[in-house]
Amino acid sequence: MTTDGTAVSTGRGILGYGAYLPYRRLDRKTIAAVAGTGGGRGTRTVASFDEDTTTLGVEAARNTLRATPGADPRALLFATVAPAYTDRTNATAIHAALRLDGSVPAMDAGGSVRSAAGLLRLALTGADSALVVGADIRVGLPGSPDEAAGGDGASALLVGGPADGPVLAEYLGGAAATAEFVDRWRTPGDVRSKLWEEKFGENNYLAAGRRAWTDALKATGLTADGVDHAVVAGLHGRAVAGLGRRLGLREGVLGDDLSGTVGNTGAAHPGLLLAATLEAAAPGAVIALVVLSDGADVFLFRAGEALAAYRPTRTVTEQIAGGAPLPYGKYLAWRGLLPVEPPRRPEPARTSSSAAVRSVDWKYGFVGARDRESGAVHLPPQRVSMTGGNLDDMEPVPTADVLGTVKTFTVDRMAYSPSPPVVFAVVDFDNGGRLPIELTDMDASEVAIGDRVEPTFRRLGTADGIHNYFWKARPVRTARAAEEA
Amino acid sequence: MGSHGIKDRVAIVGMGCTPFVEHWDRGTDDLLIEATAEAFADAGVRKEQVDAYWLGTAQSGMSGLTLAKPLQLQGKPVTRVENMCATGSDALRQAAYAVASGAYDVAMAVGVEKVKDGGFQGLNAFPIPGDGTARTLTAAAMFSMVVPAYGEKYGVSEGEMREVLSHIAAKNHYNGARNPRAQFRKEIAAEKISAMPKLAGQLGVFDCAGVADGAAAAIVVRAEDAHLYTDKPLYIKALSLVAGNGSGVIDPEYDYTTFREIAACAEDAYRQAGVTDPREELAMAEVHDCFTPTELVLMEDLRFADRGTAWKDVLAGAFDLDGRLPVNPDGGLKSFGHPVGASGLRMMFEAWLQLRGVAPAERRIPADGRKLALTHNLGGYPGDMVSFISILGNELG
Repeated sequence: MTTDGTAVSTGRGILGYGAYLPYRRLDRKTIAAVAGTGGGRGTRTVASFDEDTTTLGVEAARNTLRATPGADPRALLFATVAPAYTDRTNATAIHAALRLDGSVPAMDAGGSVRSAAGLLRLALTGADSALVVGADIRVGLPGSPDEAAGGDGASALLVGGPADGPVLAEYLGGAAATAEFVDRWRTPGDVRSKLWEEKFGENNYLAAGRRAWTDALKATGLTADGVDHAVVAGLHGRAVAGLGRRLGLREGVLGDDLSGTVGNTGAAHPGLLLAATLEAAAPGAVIALVVLSDGADVFLFRAGEALAAYRPTRTVTEQIAGGAPLPYGKYLAWRGLLPVEPPRRPEPARTSSSAAVRSVDWKYGFVGARDRESGAVHLPPQRVSMTGGNLDDMEPVPTADVLGTVKTFTVDRMAYSPSPPVVFAVVDFDNGGRLPIELTDMDASEVAIGDRVEPTFRRLGTADGIHNYFWKARPVRTARAAEEA
Repeated sequence: MGSHGIKDRVAIVGMGCTPFVEHWDRGTDDLLIEATAEAFADAGVRKEQVDAYWLGTAQSGMSGLTLAKPLQLQGKPVTRVENMCATGSDALRQAAYAVASGAYDVAMAVGVEKVKDGGFQGLNAFPIPGDGTARTLTAAAMFSMVVPAYGEKYGVSEGEMREVLSHIAAKNHYNGARNPRAQFRKEIAAEKISAMPKLAGQLGVFDCAGVADGAAAAIVVRAEDAHLYTDKPLYIKALSLVAGNGSGVIDPEYDYTTFREIAACAEDAYRQAGVTDPREELAMAEVHDCFTPTELVLMEDLRFADRGTAWKDVLAGAFDLDGRLPVNPDGGLKSFGHPVGASGLRMMFEAWLQLRGVAPAERRIPADGRKLALTHNLGGYPGDMVSFISILGNELG
């Protein structure tokens, strides 16, 4: 075991934060009736059939960037334990959906929750601004503790210095404790992780956590009773709860780990808990983030004045409150754990990589085109205008953050879909564009003409192993979006 | 510049049409051989006497070889035509224009589709490599959006719309029950049609055309030569084609109660034929009833009814077999199914039978002196389609 407590005084810290929790919730009570075992109290979040860790990451990052005026990340760092691809980068799809400049590097870190903490540490101790995105879809075999305890979600933290924008929470310093002990493991390709006896992991985590905690306090000159908010993330539930009790915190300082409502979102969880903490913290508060994964990581922050004015695009609190139930059978089908009869339609052909790269702004960025003369919006962009016929006289029309109204719609019970029926709506976007677009995160019986919807980045399907990413629309449900609507 | 047409310059002198059914025992080659054999016999010509061929097929074969090989054509020009659901119609259009140009004396248009070898229900388009962002809705879903839009615009209640759509389907099945070449030969009560579970929007299975295999063929010659082949030729009065620019799908002005391409196509066709009042001048029409709401809107786009009133005319029986203007007297796509490349020529085959007075008595349209028939195809979706219209007549002038 090694530890390394460091104090920093660069003024760097968190410039923006955001989280994304998928719309569906699994009630843990419903598990045992089917699986014969498992389950428990509360709910967990469930990524939709059209979401993966890349799309979850996009949604969290969009929330962060929209809430942070002038955000200009110079690096995109993405951590997940459940990558959509291996042998190629997933962060590049997020990069494309966020329309970041090509000069901004984008990279993945994977393998464990530790990589999320590691990327945050790299960003906090680095030089340029960086967007640190963590996303996870947590799966276990039916009835397993991991299935019930897990949650799906994403978080995105924009890290930088005062030159990059108002610092919401300054990084004061921290410590790491790296340790090699095999208490949880999964061979690449397996759907489940296996666990060593619980007490073994708990002992090792408590030791690593206490060591890192002590080192971090020492390095920053803080004391445990000077900490105003603390959150502990980690996949070992007993260790997380146990360490929380042993940090010497004042009453009420330890924050909710969201296990009762969201579940453990793995690589997303450190950022998710920090986001939830920042939503509630006042300027001046000292905030501790502890991550238990293959050792321990401790991060200490002090909330700055700018935090008071920061308005998250969608708060964690309202996202927790905003979900809708999903039957356990559908959950299993969505995760591929219950193979169901596919629609008797030809499966979609694989996406052409060369065609996709030509339309990257449209496919990933949802950028249309506007005729400079007539103002007519073209979704997707076209070279020749439908009004007047001008050639190559268009300007880009970013539409990803534009709300729209359902003009008419249909429920298609025959179209191929991983989760029929398909609900398609003709949507008139507020920028003057119209597009027939698939709706998601809703039941077919819910939709009505006049509904307000917003674009959301999704995986339409996968063919020949190539994921087909594009945009759908979902009902406007959050307070801020409704306000803008 | 101008779309002048070839009124009365080219005549159809022989036609053939296979039954449209699930031909499990016949392949594309068989269907082509049988449809063309009937047309050759009808016109009294041998394959050697046809100077050029146009083969329409959406996805049952590529190139002219698809026809040249099964027919064993020797040294003949054969062009494969594809224009979605207007494929067969467009094959005839090209054959007719080639004859009108003087390039050939005798030409044949053949349409074929072997749909039922695909292993899936419904029509499934051949996938073209793309960026993955194209719509994946079924045609039924796209056309289903017409129903609430039309109802809302013209104040027709959901229940009334249901009655209108069911009347259209029941009428076409009534006609198809009287046609031995049709796939579905049973009358179906409107109440049963209304009660079907919904597949897409408010459309149930009886609101959708069936799927079948089939082929149809026509032989065309210069009008002045027509009587060398038959005493009862059909003269081509108009052939109009419009390929839309797709703007309806993305234009917020588009309201899903009309098909702009078809309205434009109709204007062109009526001008070519010199038709000013289609309701009075046409004896019958074969229209592209891929879905019941499609036929409803077509009645207005083709000017068979004023805007917002076709639903009343439908309910009043105006387009029934004994109505003011019989529409789809052969049973339409509804009864025939839709072998994409063949349907346009199948429609012309009905005009061929009816205008020449040889349609079976049980589905013969009233003989009231009207001498023109209209056939219409569309391919694509509301806002994004091709449209074809022909006008045929049994007399010159």
